[in-house]
Amino acid sequence: MSIRVDGVSKSFGAFKALDNVSLDVPQGTLLALLGPSGSGKTTLLRIIAGLEWPDQGRIEEDGTDITDRHARQREVGFVFQHYALFRHMSVFENIAFGMRVRKAPQAEVKARVDELLHLVRLDNLGSRKPAQLSGGQRQRVALARALAIRPRILLLDEPFGALDAKVRVELRQWLRRLHDEIGMTTVFVTHDQEEAFELADDVVVMNEGHVEQRGKPDEVFDKPATPFVMDFLGNVNVYHGRVENGLAFWHGVPIDYPDYPHAQARAARVYLRPHELDIARAPAGGGPSAGPEGTSLPATVLRQTRTGPITRITCQPSQGGSEFHVDLPSAAARELGLQPGEAVSITPRHVRVFLPDPEYVI
Amino acid sequence: MTSKPRDAATATSPLGLLLLAGAVATVGLLIVAPLASVFVDAFSNGPRAWWEALAHDPDTRHAIWLSLTVAPLAVLINTIFGVAAAWLVARFRFPGRSLLVSLFDVPFSVSPVVAGLALVLIFGRQGLLGPTLAWLAVKVIFAWPGLVLATTFVTLPLVVRELIPVMEAIGPEEEMAAVSLGANGWQVFWRVTLPNIRWALLHGVVLANARAMGEFGAVYVVSGHIAGATDTMPLRVEKLFQEYRTPASMAVASVLAALALLTLVAKVFIERQLETESKELEAARAPGADTDPTTGGLGP
Repeated sequence: MSIRVDGVSKSFGAFKALDNVSLDVPQGTLLALLGPSGSGKTTLLRIIAGLEWPDQGRIEEDGTDITDRHARQREVGFVFQHYALFRHMSVFENIAFGMRVRKAPQAEVKARVDELLHLVRLDNLGSRKPAQLSGGQRQRVALARALAIRPRILLLDEPFGALDAKVRVELRQWLRRLHDEIGMTTVFVTHDQEEAFELADDVVVMNEGHVEQRGKPDEVFDKPATPFVMDFLGNVNVYHGRVENGLAFWHGVPIDYPDYPHAQARAARVYLRPHELDIARAPAGGGPSAGPEGTSLPATVLRQTRTGPITRITCQPSQGGSEFHVDLPSAAARELGLQPGEAVSITPRHVRVFLPDPEYVI
Repeated sequence: MTSKPRDAATATSPLGLLLLAGAVATVGLLIVAPLASVFVDAFSNGPRAWWEALAHDPDTRHAIWLSLTVAPLAVLINTIFGVAAAWLVARFRFPGRSLLVSLFDVPFSVSPVVAGLALVLIFGRQGLLGPTLAWLAVKVIFAWPGLVLATTFVTLPLVVRELIPVMEAIGPEEEMAAVSLGANGWQVFWRVTLPNIRWALLHGVVLANARAMGEFGAVYVVSGHIAGATDTMPLRVEKLFQEYRTPASMAVASVLAALALLTLVAKVFIERQLETESKELEAARAPGADTDPTTGGLGP
């Protein structure tokens, strides 16, 4: 089942939750809606499910307009953020609910629920109440309950948000495998980029009610389309510099930027990812030095922090200015053996520049 | 309410003992003694006289029957109104919402006698709707519909007030989940909403019933106290007392008092259930303990 969202807008009072959003989800895709809270991603998910009505725009399933179809008739499996399990029902009855309201025969209900309990690895817990389950187990009951009605689309709202780190990673991998097995069109909402990148075929980054970028995880990460995406993905050095004559300037260091060939200088925001900066011990005598790929920036090491396989070196330009980070594989950092206070030269390998957009405010 | 403060000091200090004595004296004098005296007086001529006072006086019999009809009717109306209104307030946002919630409380602040008079002014023969009702040949004031109206009025806040906070705490997610699973409105209500609010609802119903059975002021005004026709139990108690038939009056009063004690027991039981449920709700919101062995077994 493919989904098409066409020009959907939705306001809650004065708050514009969605502003003319369009989106295609091809059959069998696992798509992530990624964005900060208030970006409209949950509203969009609920509109697809029929739990909210759009003020404008259409929702299509396989080319059929279903905008006016009630949630009850959409055959959508929805997993809520806090699972929304029926507290007074057993796990079995929770999963059976969708079939019970359809008046399915008892034998069929029993067979289907048992099958799903097995699928979500909760074979012996059918008689428990939701309150007696762990977070991860509840999550899987919610999923089984949504799958029980044989939905054509699966929608998940922050499916792993309330779980602790270890369980989250396990469930994530499990969900990916499950998706590969049953191949159902799946959309999930998350504010966690790691989750989106690891799990999804396609990532849609949302902000303030509109889509900032859509692409494969690699595309979004390597080629952020907007300053917002760049900032949201985080882990980036931002510098308020300028562009002119095909060059961007970072602390006075010119970096190739052919997208702006004009002679007139313009203020611009310059983004450098910490792992795209080369760091070397400064040659004795100091002073600006020319690297092989262009001019380098003389800087001083302030400190080093190791987080597992990556070591982050915090530096400050020698001529003053704001601190920035350089990421190195920890083995390389150990080999280099820099000490705080040492002079280094920094060579940017890659830069991204966003010209100021008057409407864009961080 | 039922949980004991864990670290409270035992009341053995002079101040503690003083407060304890004060509390016991107040409760004893204002609550236990009058209640006990009702039963003592009611049975002063023996249980046989008590029974005869209740069962052999046709007017008293009628009053008991009328109370047992009017109160459940009022409670039923209240229950339907309360659930619908609480759903409206807890699940929807609309202009005037907080004004509406404040209006639910009016019966608490208006004197029941005033409420009764207001009903007479609207539904009475000379009232606003008087001509219409006369044309329809429906008698409201000085008849049982008036009693139901007055009783409903004074008990109106009890069910809805009980339900709003509970429904707000539960949130709409379970209902939305039910809808997305294909349930229609009735199925959502009967299978999800009602089971979730059942104890709060029962609490409201018990309180409303107790209030309905005991209501005097508003009912007094609209009933016209016609013995054998529009006298409810509290009105009968008063009438018998005015006629110097104290033992008979106390016999009826003892039935009301027994009902109150029954209500108290039911209330304590329901409040325990409510407490358990609210703890469960809390637990369901918390990210459950993730140390169970089954989560580890997700491998292919």
